[in-house]
Amino acid sequence: MSAATATQSRHMFLNVGPQHPAMHGIVQLVLELDGERVLGCDVEIGYLHRAFEKQCETGPYNNAMPYVDRLNYVSPMINNFGYCLAVERLLDIQATERCQYIRVILSEISRISDHLTCVGASAMELGAFTVFLYMIKARELLWELIEDASGARLTVSYGRVGGVKADLPDGFAEKTAAALEAVRRVLIECDTLLTRNRIFVDRMQNIGVLSQEDAISYGVTGPFLRATGVNYDVRKAQPYFVYDRMQFDVPTGEHGDNYDRYLVRMEEMEQSMRIVEQALARIPDGPVMVDPEGREIPAAMMVDEAKVGQTGCFKSARVTPDPTLWGSTKPFHSGVNAAEKRAVLPPKEDTYGNIEGLMHHFKLVMMGHGIRPPKGEVYAAVEGANGELGFYVVSDGGDRPFRLRVRPPCFTIMAALPGLLIGDMLADIVPTFGSVNMIGGELDR
Amino acid sequence: MGAPAGSVVELLTARFPQWVIASHAYRGDQTVIIRREGLLDVCWFLRDDQAVAFNVLMDLSCVDYLTFGRQQASAPMMRSPSPLPYFMKPKPAGAEAWQRHVDEEFRFEVVYHFYSTIKNHRLRIKVPVAVGDPVVESVTRIWKAADWFEREVWDMFGIRFRGHPNLRRLLMYEEFQGHALRKDYPITKRQPLIGPVDQDPSAPKVPIIVGID
Repeated sequence: MSAATATQSRHMFLNVGPQHPAMHGIVQLVLELDGERVLGCDVEIGYLHRAFEKQCETGPYNNAMPYVDRLNYVSPMINNFGYCLAVERLLDIQATERCQYIRVILSEISRISDHLTCVGASAMELGAFTVFLYMIKARELLWELIEDASGARLTVSYGRVGGVKADLPDGFAEKTAAALEAVRRVLIECDTLLTRNRIFVDRMQNIGVLSQEDAISYGVTGPFLRATGVNYDVRKAQPYFVYDRMQFDVPTGEHGDNYDRYLVRMEEMEQSMRIVEQALARIPDGPVMVDPEGREIPAAMMVDEAKVGQTGCFKSARVTPDPTLWGSTKPFHSGVNAAEKRAVLPPKEDTYGNIEGLMHHFKLVMMGHGIRPPKGEVYAAVEGANGELGFYVVSDGGDRPFRLRVRPPCFTIMAALPGLLIGDMLADIVPTFGSVNMIGGELDR
Repeated sequence: MGAPAGSVVELLTARFPQWVIASHAYRGDQTVIIRREGLLDVCWFLRDDQAVAFNVLMDLSCVDYLTFGRQQASAPMMRSPSPLPYFMKPKPAGAEAWQRHVDEEFRFEVVYHFYSTIKNHRLRIKVPVAVGDPVVESVTRIWKAADWFEREVWDMFGIRFRGHPNLRRLLMYEEFQGHALRKDYPITKRQPLIGPVDQDPSAPKVPIIVGID
């Protein structure tokens, strides 16, 4: 009897997830382990599947907006605008200049908050809890900006086909500048805490390496692809909205490991802040509607005057409700939404003021009416926080999307995940998986 | 987008006249519809030819055209959509009119979106598939990304990919009945509940089935 048979070794199978503290969502990794080394890995997804694509086929185009929010619940603005862009291209309409700037600004703010979440959470899992708290504090400032604009923090539903839900509120630029300054300070602090931290570097460098060929073959995009050295960013390569007018750099890494992905994300936040500042400096005012006879009165003034009983002047006056969510005392902007009557809801003053406006509103919101793009198909891609977010919309001329396919950025990264994990240690799964920034909502749809 | 992708369509049409059914560029998206038999030829060419160099399979999905143009509007009581008011009349389609270019017997279309990081252009390839024989060649050997995409299409549409190494369901569980994104799969359909998986294979199996359809 040889010694080999006396001490037989077998590989161990270990389930990580579906519920696990280090899993950023519900996903199962079935691992084959030799000691602590990962020999095999199988990724099971689908735990958060909620039939997004099927559901979207059952309702009018604008009804998909809340579902689109939930695809990536950390940066829902980008999803909103990506979907709007696809439907707008199907309709062959274009959002107004001011609207496009608003979309760029809010997309970039969302991207920063997404990267803050990703870097903060993966640092926390390596023990750097301070970084997590700092970054979540900074994210809070950004979410306040998003709340000011849209009225919600996560489930924003801010995009509309042909425009956005509301104009930016008063003082948005100043508040954004203050928030960005605070975020910059946080980033400097976190950079000091992490980038040259021996423990952090040891855990991140040369871990979870993805080669450039594999990344391209797996269809990986976003910071993941750029960390391998490929300079591909939808905002630069095929600009949409007004990204072609913005000055920004696309940071790339060279090793394709966790550390490079961390560096790329940190640099992208800085670039996003540059874009926000440029866009805020250049954003044009919409044409402010003024009646030459001064007949239009803001709704707030009407309420005030009605309170003191001066209602005689209301007969011939047109009321101009405020397009922002900040109540009616703020200055008025029009021109946020496209002047496209087939798709865009009329201003509320028209809806409540004249029969054409009411009919128009009715025709767009009632069941069986709504937006009806001509027969056709369109694929529109935007740069999500994790990579290319594509919407493939097929219309059969009806008021519902005939088919709405989402190309989720996480999906391809998760498909490539076994290749990243195999060969590393069990404990390396945590930083590698953290750098994937898996979002269950868009992965499982 | 742009001129280079236009030449891709011409290149494909000239090189594979026997496989190309039609092509169009609706809203600027260059699209080629090809026969199922020529898919692998075309795909190898698209990836390896230096002039096109589509090294990224950006997306792979499927469309079920069963009710195309015939689906009721979302109002259940309305048999036909109500006429639009004068100010909402659709723009005349003109030269941009979109056509399917495929007979109705081909119910499915498998849709491939390609991107080239080298040439910075995109292309869409569509492969019509009949419902009686829903099989397409797998492109997993050409792009690794196809692995999960094809599993998802199998899961949601029931289209098999010949040569796929591991064609299991991806999003749904193995016991799921039917393919959810087919147009004839009702959105209110109930699935039988499956009990806990028995650890002991010899234990008597008691199926827990509640509410079919």
